[in-house]
Amino acid sequence: MTSQPDNSTLEDLPPRWTLEGFRLGAWTILPLMPGLAAFAMAFGTVAARKGFSLADALAMSGTVYAGVAQLVVLESWPEKLTLPAIGGIVLVTALICSRFLLIGASLRPWLGSQPAAKIYPALFLLVEPNWLMSMRYRANGGSDPAYLVGGGVVIYIVWVGATAAGYWLGASIGDPHSFGLDLVMPAFFTAMLISMWRGPRASLGWMIGGAVAVATDYLFGGMWYLIVGALAGSVAGGFIDDSE
Amino acid sequence: MIASDPAGFLVLLFGMTLAVYATRAGGFWLIGRVTIGRRLQKILQAMPGAVIAATIAPILLHGGLSALLAVFAASLAMLAVRNDFAAVVAGVAVAAAARAAGL
Repeated sequence: MTSQPDNSTLEDLPPRWTLEGFRLGAWTILPLMPGLAAFAMAFGTVAARKGFSLADALAMSGTVYAGVAQLVVLESWPEKLTLPAIGGIVLVTALICSRFLLIGASLRPWLGSQPAAKIYPALFLLVEPNWLMSMRYRANGGSDPAYLVGGGVVIYIVWVGATAAGYWLGASIGDPHSFGLDLVMPAFFTAMLISMWRGPRASLGWMIGGAVAVATDYLFGGMWYLIVGALAGSVAGGFIDDSE
Repeated sequence: MIASDPAGFLVLLFGMTLAVYATRAGGFWLIGRVTIGRRLQKILQAMPGAVIAATIAPILLHGGLSALLAVFAASLAMLAVRNDFAAVVAGVAVAAAARAAGL
């Protein structure tokens, strides 16, 4: 979070990776972990019910590592894993995760100067929570790429670990819905929006993004609203913003 | 179910993992092939807020009163103390209370 005294070096040199940055990223992501654990436990529970072995469930959480996609795929699990069924599942997965295309693109101005051998492995750990935290960290003057990785490592461990917990405990823990745990992410996202508030004009893109997402959801259903709304909101926001 | 078709499950995992990683790395890679001008820079800057708004707006619409109250409580807490954790706790607590009250 320390700002560089000399701004020219910040532009010229690629930002350094430090252990402090990693720790800070890991630390600031912790408030979100109860909600994420509940989400992963829900996946583990459903996987057990669908006949997954524990190893199957852990393998999926550990390789795919994409919460919404994993749950949607489980909900519509096919009778038999024929090749067309597998192709369909992969396509749905790609659609649900297409928002990562935008998320990754937004990191380019910050991390574009990083060596590929470091940045492409790091991108495996890219999900919304550590991305959002990193964008705010960046907006506040931070530049250490290890911040993104620190958050990502914590999320990954909790995601895979809580998958196992959910698989074992199953329905015995009660309904996470009654504890309001399904609203952790919306509550966190709202808090992030508030900390990103830069006046009504700058947030017009958010309104457009939200409205287009609601309209897309209403008209087409499925998961199209994620990418369509995000894209519409970004482009609109980018054209509304005329500041230097 | 999966024990009966381990090869199919492996192919599926491989396909899903590849698809998700392609989205994670692909946007970063693609935008590196073009020059980021002023307008594109602005669009990228607008992206975090737009992604969040597009993600939560339909959830709020489907989530009913308890979701709206939770987000309202989270906003108030964030404005009051400027702390993510407090906002999340406030939102979740209000949602749990609202649901316990049958809202």
